[in-house]
Amino acid sequence: MRSYGKGAKGSNMRILEGQGVTKYFGGLAAVSNVDFHIDQGEIVGLIGPNGAGKTTLFNLISGTFPLSSGEIRFKGQKLSGLKPHQICRTGIARTFQETKVFSNMSVLQNVMVGAFFGSLTHVSGAAAAREASQALEFVELSAMSTDPINDLTLVNQKRVEVARALTTRPELLLLDELMAGLTPTEVSEAMELVRKIRNNGITVVMVEHVMKAIMGISSRVMVLHHGEKIAEGTCNEISRNRTVIDIYLGEETHAGS
Amino acid sequence: MNIADLFATHRRSLSVGFFILLIAFVLTFPLYGGIYRTDVLFTMLTYAILAVSWAMFSGTTGYMSLAPAAFFGTGIYVTALLQDYLPFPVIMVAAGVISFALAVVLGLVTLRLKGIYFTIFSFGLVVFMGNAINYVEADVLGRHGWYFNVVNQTVLFYTIVGLTVATVLAAYFIGRSRLGLAMRSIGGNEEAAEHVGIDTTRIKILTFAISAIFMGVAGVIVAPPLSYSNAGIAFSPVYSFIAVVAAVFGGMGHLAGPVIGAFVYGFLEEMLRVEFLIYFQLGFGIIIVLVILFLPSGIVGLVPMLRDKLGEVIAKLRKGGEGEQHANT
Repeated sequence: MRSYGKGAKGSNMRILEGQGVTKYFGGLAAVSNVDFHIDQGEIVGLIGPNGAGKTTLFNLISGTFPLSSGEIRFKGQKLSGLKPHQICRTGIARTFQETKVFSNMSVLQNVMVGAFFGSLTHVSGAAAAREASQALEFVELSAMSTDPINDLTLVNQKRVEVARALTTRPELLLLDELMAGLTPTEVSEAMELVRKIRNNGITVVMVEHVMKAIMGISSRVMVLHHGEKIAEGTCNEISRNRTVIDIYLGEETHAGS
Repeated sequence: MNIADLFATHRRSLSVGFFILLIAFVLTFPLYGGIYRTDVLFTMLTYAILAVSWAMFSGTTGYMSLAPAAFFGTGIYVTALLQDYLPFPVIMVAAGVISFALAVVLGLVTLRLKGIYFTIFSFGLVVFMGNAINYVEADVLGRHGWYFNVVNQTVLFYTIVGLTVATVLAAYFIGRSRLGLAMRSIGGNEEAAEHVGIDTTRIKILTFAISAIFMGVAGVIVAPPLSYSNAGIAFSPVYSFIAVVAAVFGGMGHLAGPVIGAFVYGFLEEMLRVEFLIYFQLGFGIIIVLVILFLPSGIVGLVPMLRDKLGEVIAKLRKGGEGEQHANT
């Protein structure tokens, strides 16, 4: 299997760091003064109720819109002022909560776009096709590579997004609700996929509502609520955190069970 | 092998063959077509350039531009201003360069706009240029339009044939290039395109400007036969509409679509104008509505439809003989 990551495994280098990250939409703070860090080789879960600011944080990291204040650094380099395509080329790839595929193309072509444009190195047509095929094999969609993308189910379109993100040769991958709407078996498969991605040397941050998945594979969990970071820690710590249980998991529930 | 498979495997040679036949027909047309019909063909080729270059950008990215008339008019005006000073081929180059530059400026201002706003702004440019030039001419320079020097009509005819071929080839090669893939990504989902490393703003401006080159040069070639032009004639919004309607009419799923659309449009326009004079626009409107209602993929959309129908008929005919085939195998 081809290795996708560029970075060394297992080091404790901070690959991504945010300080006082804030985003206002009008008068509303969607993300408010959030400090965070992601270490290389981690799988970090980002959880919180709907409207907590999780996707907004992803959008800020990937450059969809600028920060109102604060700063985000990727491998020590400030990301502010960079456009989404530049951030992608520095090594941060993402998928979308509401699937965004190139509706007028085949599955393979969708993934090839990432290979062509996603990194700073020039990629030939043949190499792009090869990389795209490998990525589709990686997400186990090889059989559908010539299908029009619109013929795929939403679940499979999300996997195409993952393959497309992988061909941009990221060091950091932001997965926005990869597992929404999956059956329990599919959730297990998706968890295995995320582990496989991490084992290829790619750091993963995942927004997820499926607790089983978060608790099963994350090395660390961050909790957002009303745009603020209210807790952070290992899965065990989070599942016993009083505030998190009250606000997010509900008083009766115990996460991870 | 059934008909559908035959079409699928030879699709490319069929397309190439179609274009070669069409070019041969067009090139020899002045020899037997007569002056009037050759003039009609000249107009049809002009429309083809507008439609193909429009589809090159708008059909692929989904940004509906109504700016063709602005670049077309620029070509006409560049000719008017430079015809006494420069040879014709140099004027063509100049018009291409100026249209490209104008499109870059317009793109920088407008291509951040999405959907209907871009469309309206691009249309505004046509109206603005027509009125601004009209004002400068009438109120500042005190003149009324321009007369064009005579250029040999046969030379112009073959020039526009050459430009049509160049436009189609450019559309073909851009479509197959990385640039074409980037444009299709923008048309497919612009936000996703940005996030997989495509500099969407740059790609949009570049391709918008490339498509403007062909429209501007076309303006140069059609100018001399006009004999006279002013801002109202040169920047008539009709040329924008023709580009859009011909491309949609012919269908944008295939490179041949806008060419066929432009040819049918140009032919019908002339025929209906001769036959009905006043009512031709009404008749033409009805035809366009019918095509868009029943052939949403345009005239080229007929090909796969007929192919499938034909395949079905043949399959039905074969069913009778199938028993024997099974016995043989």
